[in-house]
Amino acid sequence: MLLFFIGLISGIVSGMGMGGGTILIPALIFFANTPQHLAQSINLSVFFPTAIIALCIHTKNKHVRYKLAFKIIIAGIIGAFVGSRIAVSMSTLALRKLFGVFILAMGIYEMFRKPKNNRLKNGQ
Amino acid sequence: MGIIGLVAGLCNGLFGSGGGIIVVPAMTYLLGVKEHDAHATAISVILPLSLVSVFVYFKSNYFDWSMVWKVGLGGVIGAGIGAWLLPRIPVKMLCKIFAGFMIIAGLRMIF
Repeated sequence: MLLFFIGLISGIVSGMGMGGGTILIPALIFFANTPQHLAQSINLSVFFPTAIIALCIHTKNKHVRYKLAFKIIIAGIIGAFVGSRIAVSMSTLALRKLFGVFILAMGIYEMFRKPKNNRLKNGQ
Repeated sequence: MGIIGLVAGLCNGLFGSGGGIIVVPAMTYLLGVKEHDAHATAISVILPLSLVSVFVYFKSNYFDWSMVWKVGLGGVIGAGIGAWLLPRIPVKMLCKIFAGFMIIAGLRMIF
């Protein structure tokens, strides 16, 4: 039930355009005692169903630029492989500290960034 | 575009999140893509990248199906609620609250 609730909150937040993962991962770690690597793999996995639904809607409304996406994906796959290889080779503590720096930076960025109101008008 | 993909993939794999935080601003500011299109296109980019990363985590035994489906079910329902709620709540204020949560969590993880 706790896990469901954590998923629910991060799902709601992800709709606000600030990445559910940056909330989901720390929530899993602090409230459900999930180890760092596992929390990250859970976040990557739960992204799929929501993303597929969102992608279908966006494709129908012709908002997805697939040609551009394809070009980014090619190099992206190499990055994804290298990045996750680095993550799984790190100790829990080291990865946790590195992730801490990452969300601290994201939190500060989010705190001081000017919100874009046109996103709301577009009715995502 | 190669560099955008490479950096997004690296972050997404290393931190298990945050690919979108890189791809969306990179597309809007560097490539001049419209904000809404950038958000939509970002999902199509992150999807295959996450697939690759999950595979690597899975191979290293960092995967727990019983947790994934519970969190995932909440996530899907939450996304639906979020979409409905979005025009009805003070998003700006909530974002600041969650940003505060991220800052506190980040500090606790570092120290």
